[in-house]
Amino acid sequence: MTLLITAIVTGLGLGAMYGLIALGFQITYSVCGRVNFAQGSMVMLGAVLGYVLSVRAGLPVFVAYPLALLGCGLMGMLVEVLLIRPFADRGSEAWLMATVAGGILLDNAVLFTFGNEPRALPSPLVETSWRILGTGVFPQQLLIPVVAVALAIGLQLLFRRTRQGRALLAVVQNPEAARLMGINTVAMISGAFALSSVLAGVAGLLIAPLFAVHSDMGTLFGIKAFAVAILGGMTSASGVMLAGFLYGLTEALVTSYLGSSYTYIVVFALLIVVLAVKPAGLFGKRALRKV
Amino acid sequence: MPSRLPFTRRAVLAAATALALAAGLPAQAADPIKLGLVAALSGQSAKSGEAITRGITLALDKINAEGGVLGRPLELVSRDDESNPGKGLIAARELVQREGVAALIGGLDTPVSLAIVPFANEAKVPFMGPWAAGTPITKNGAAENYVFRVSAVDEYVDEAITEYLVTKYGAKKPGMILINNPWGESNEAGLTKALEKRGMEHAGIEKFENNDVDVTPQLTRLKEAGADSLFLVANVAPSAQVVKSLDRMGWDVPISSHWGPSGGRFTELAGKSGEKVHFIQTFLFTDEAHPLFTALKAKFPEVTSLADVTPATGIGNAYDATLLLAAAIEKAGSTEGPAIRQAMYEIEGVEGAIKTYDKPFTPDNQDALGPEDYTFTQFVEGEIIPIKE
Repeated sequence: MTLLITAIVTGLGLGAMYGLIALGFQITYSVCGRVNFAQGSMVMLGAVLGYVLSVRAGLPVFVAYPLALLGCGLMGMLVEVLLIRPFADRGSEAWLMATVAGGILLDNAVLFTFGNEPRALPSPLVETSWRILGTGVFPQQLLIPVVAVALAIGLQLLFRRTRQGRALLAVVQNPEAARLMGINTVAMISGAFALSSVLAGVAGLLIAPLFAVHSDMGTLFGIKAFAVAILGGMTSASGVMLAGFLYGLTEALVTSYLGSSYTYIVVFALLIVVLAVKPAGLFGKRALRKV
Repeated sequence: MPSRLPFTRRAVLAAATALALAAGLPAQAADPIKLGLVAALSGQSAKSGEAITRGITLALDKINAEGGVLGRPLELVSRDDESNPGKGLIAARELVQREGVAALIGGLDTPVSLAIVPFANEAKVPFMGPWAAGTPITKNGAAENYVFRVSAVDEYVDEAITEYLVTKYGAKKPGMILINNPWGESNEAGLTKALEKRGMEHAGIEKFENNDVDVTPQLTRLKEAGADSLFLVANVAPSAQVVKSLDRMGWDVPISSHWGPSGGRFTELAGKSGEKVHFIQTFLFTDEAHPLFTALKAKFPEVTSLADVTPATGIGNAYDATLLLAAAIEKAGSTEGPAIRQAMYEIEGVEGAIKTYDKPFTPDNQDALGPEDYTFTQFVEGEIIPIKE
């Protein structure tokens, strides 16, 4: 029984993190059909900036972390302007390679400036563990799903209730019509990429105290999050979040009951099966082609 | 037409002068002998790579101050393998084929070393390991084995850490938590052998990945199978994740480990519980007055205290490895691989940091260090210190 509870707690925590990162993919894809493949590096950037500002510069956490997220948002906008827009404007798909390359560039730039050693990001929420249902849990692990779900719901409210949010939804539905209505689609797209990077940065700050901060910490998370986004269906935000939890739970349960050598085999085999049965993802809608 | 002749004559004169000058220059004597280093200089094991580089540099300074080898100075050419076997092999090839190194030193990670071993034997270039402990690296079955090592050997380490757990903690059913790669496998074999020898059974063999955040599933399985102690084999960051997971589970259990934790800031990553892990080292600075430490401080001003030199093991191993290689080249009287290899079996009286070496290698045993050279240590406030008896 302990094994099951442990697996569920682990799975929910990591799953929420994958979902959060995947949400970033989903948002930009919905708005303009393009994603930032350097999303994993954005996760790393959030953690690194958080470390540098709070531990090295000594700023209090409630100043350091928002500044770190601001940095992520700016980097997201930079990626859009430099690596996506020039290709999108010419109708080329080269933004795919460009963002991958951008991610590698960022990882190496951080390697040179931040250093080549993993460092620890301290947090009061990993100092003592709570006993829940016979297993130990760090409060930080419970914080991750709470923050992730809160952000997901908060974003939905933002999109539906505020003017800017609805403008973004309009761009999602029909970019041409939105532009004709006077909505600045260019700014909306830029904002979407900034938001996507901020979400990745939040994930980075949440996972770092449980892990370590170093320049290639984000690569694997980014890849898994992309799989989660595909699994959930790139068109549905709640779908992506749910897919994140499903993926995390599956991963943890397979590791617990079959052993870690089987984890990737089973999880990705399941992913292929799901996509074979539902090509648009578990919760995605098939794109309608109007003729 | 007429203007061409003077030009041609001038050109011939210039060329003749240049040739004469070149022939007269004593180029050969100052030509350095290159030693190539392939190690992880970035990423998780960067501190270990740095220690190895420092050890080699100090040895080269000593050798060159005494006139070099065969009247030529020794020079180090380094390449970063980023802990990637593919990159390590490419770097090794480049060092041998393009830089023309007389010998290779390196392989911090066992998987990287294992990738370089076939190439070294094929190219007949001596490959000296100052760190990677995988048993099959030196015991690779080659008819002409060019791979030597001044470092721990997994098979002996596993025997030592099993003996430690049994005698110090009375362990009856240890569990194994090992990194999922060739180094982990090498130790799985060694630990299984050591337990069989004592007629003991284990509580389970669990593997985990380098980037695993949470190792509680594997550890819970071991706990439920009745493990009363743990064997740990992993590099610094994954070892820290194991300690953090144990903390979370509230499971306080004796841990006997290979030297992975010494490769970085273990207690910073793992927290205070990192001090509970007892691991092996082949070399330690116990005294600030040690001549090697003094040389270290002089060359690298950022080193101010004993806590700045984790892991000293890397420095000691690499220093001795370089001295042995230099002695062999001197004895061989040549920089040809086969000659150096033969000379490695004949060197004597080399005073290293760990011990004095007299014919440390034989074709049957190309490892210079054995179990008698191991010390058990732990981290105490960021410094590696020997366990008090």
